[in-house]
Amino acid sequence: MLPIIFVLPLLQLIILSNAATFEVKNIKFGYIDNDQSSTSRALIEKFNASTYFDVLTDFSSEAFSNAAMLKGEVDVVVEIPRYFERDLQKEKHINLGVTINAIDGAAAGVENVYITQIVQDFNQHLKVDLMQISDKQVQPINIETIPLFWYNETLNYKTFMVPGILVLLVTMITLFLSGMNIVREKEIGTLEQINVTPIKKSQFIIGKLFPFWVIGMGLLTIGLIIAKIIFDVPMVGSLALMYFYTSIYILVILGIGLFISNFTDTQQQAMFIAWFFMVIFILMSGLFTPIESMPKWAQIITEFNPIKYFVEVMRMVMLKGSGFMDILPQLLKTLLYALVMNGLAVWSYKKTT
Amino acid sequence: MNNDKVIQVESLTKMFGDFIAVNDITFDVNKGEIFGFLGANGAGKTTAMKMLIGISKPTFGKAHVAGFDVFTDAENIKKNIGYMSQKFALYDDLTVKENITFFGGIYGLSRKRIKEKANTLIEELGLGNVANQLVGSLPLGWKQKLSFSVSLIHDPKIVFLDEPTGGVDPITRRQFWELIYKAANQGTTIFVTTHYMDEAEYCDRVSIMVNGKIEALDTPKKLKEQFKAANMNDVFLKLARG
Repeated sequence: MLPIIFVLPLLQLIILSNAATFEVKNIKFGYIDNDQSSTSRALIEKFNASTYFDVLTDFSSEAFSNAAMLKGEVDVVVEIPRYFERDLQKEKHINLGVTINAIDGAAAGVENVYITQIVQDFNQHLKVDLMQISDKQVQPINIETIPLFWYNETLNYKTFMVPGILVLLVTMITLFLSGMNIVREKEIGTLEQINVTPIKKSQFIIGKLFPFWVIGMGLLTIGLIIAKIIFDVPMVGSLALMYFYTSIYILVILGIGLFISNFTDTQQQAMFIAWFFMVIFILMSGLFTPIESMPKWAQIITEFNPIKYFVEVMRMVMLKGSGFMDILPQLLKTLLYALVMNGLAVWSYKKTT
Repeated sequence: MNNDKVIQVESLTKMFGDFIAVNDITFDVNKGEIFGFLGANGAGKTTAMKMLIGISKPTFGKAHVAGFDVFTDAENIKKNIGYMSQKFALYDDLTVKENITFFGGIYGLSRKRIKEKANTLIEELGLGNVANQLVGSLPLGWKQKLSFSVSLIHDPKIVFLDEPTGGVDPITRRQFWELIYKAANQGTTIFVTTHYMDEAEYCDRVSIMVNGKIEALDTPKKLKEQFKAANMNDVFLKLARG
């Protein structure tokens, strides 16, 4: 069992950290060049040179490009108008038609930014029009941004994801192990034997917590080593602080697990309940989707999500180098949570029926 | 309170909803006695026993075990009793030695005492060769004997045995009863449930439960006279059939 506990999550860490990326790459790119001038070809060459855009298809007309987009053969179509070169030189101003497949809204947003950057880079005076395929309304946008990415300068998604995924794995393993534990003893019958001994409720719960706490800290350690060696994630902040926070955080999860275990009669029931909370905790943790964009009620629920605090703290300490005072709010909330959950775990463990 | 009576039960009742599992039972158990607690399946033996060992709250009635009230002092009872359930309840994934050490620790024995206990216990049971093997790999008979010995690890005043010899071969059963006698001779009170009527003959006194009530309670000899039966089996059949 012990090898399974350690090997599987670490494999997950390696696989997921490579796969769960928000980077939009290999964009299928097409263009309609109505101008066929040296300037228009230079612009297309700019896209060609970009690592984000993959296939370059030359469409002769909008009808073809629309059909291709419908079939999914192309994600982005840039239409260069006639007299592109002439108007650009004369009027220093030209509109460019851009059509983006926006079924995946997040990806479309990123693609739009890439295109805008490439075009702006090509000519400071060029404006990009985003053409929406539904209404064909031309909405000129003229954005000039000077991006400065702090704490993750190269926008490396692994830097962003690895601490988060490590958090999930530590949480998942400790929650499931503790959630299955007491209920398993109920099933085997050893719990009854324990209940006829004079053991104190708190002693029993602490005895149950401790081994899983050690496993959780062990997982964190191996996970951090992998993060450093394989993913080269920067560790700006204090390791001691990270461990201190985690040591309290794991108590929260173990308290929840033991609480679940006390309330259920079979391991199946415990498994379902543990999964119910795990899925909510993961998807509402801010790891995959920003909490700021959730509806108000959902944001209130996330206040009760321990993973949210752990993700925040890990990112703050690892990537920003936040200190004790910076994470104090999260620390206090987690501590309170740990006290409440373990209080409930002790309370719900009944030696008599 | 009479010091010779280690278990005193008066009108003890347990109800699950409308169902009366244990119906107004009254009896005493004397110190050092082997008390047989008999009854058909579902007669309420296990429920009654669970109330006496402090893991099930009685609905009403009175009961004192080892001098402590089951309602208010269950944790003190637990210090003074041993219990062996019908289900084997040591940890299968710990070795023989680890199980002994673990339960010794729970009962607050010192390290030195645990070591002594473990050594004598392993030697007495002839488990020397398997002391470091996982308990799960042992045959059932061995497990049961180990389980009994572990329930005695803290020298309890009373030991409760719930069908300790279920599914065990006759030779092991005999050895098991030798262990029980040995414990009784050392002054431990034995409270035992069983389905084997030959085992009932070994008891000092026997009670027979039918449908939650104690229908008969006396020495095996007197019960046989009372019911004009040749053996305990006939006594049991006469009672259980009504």
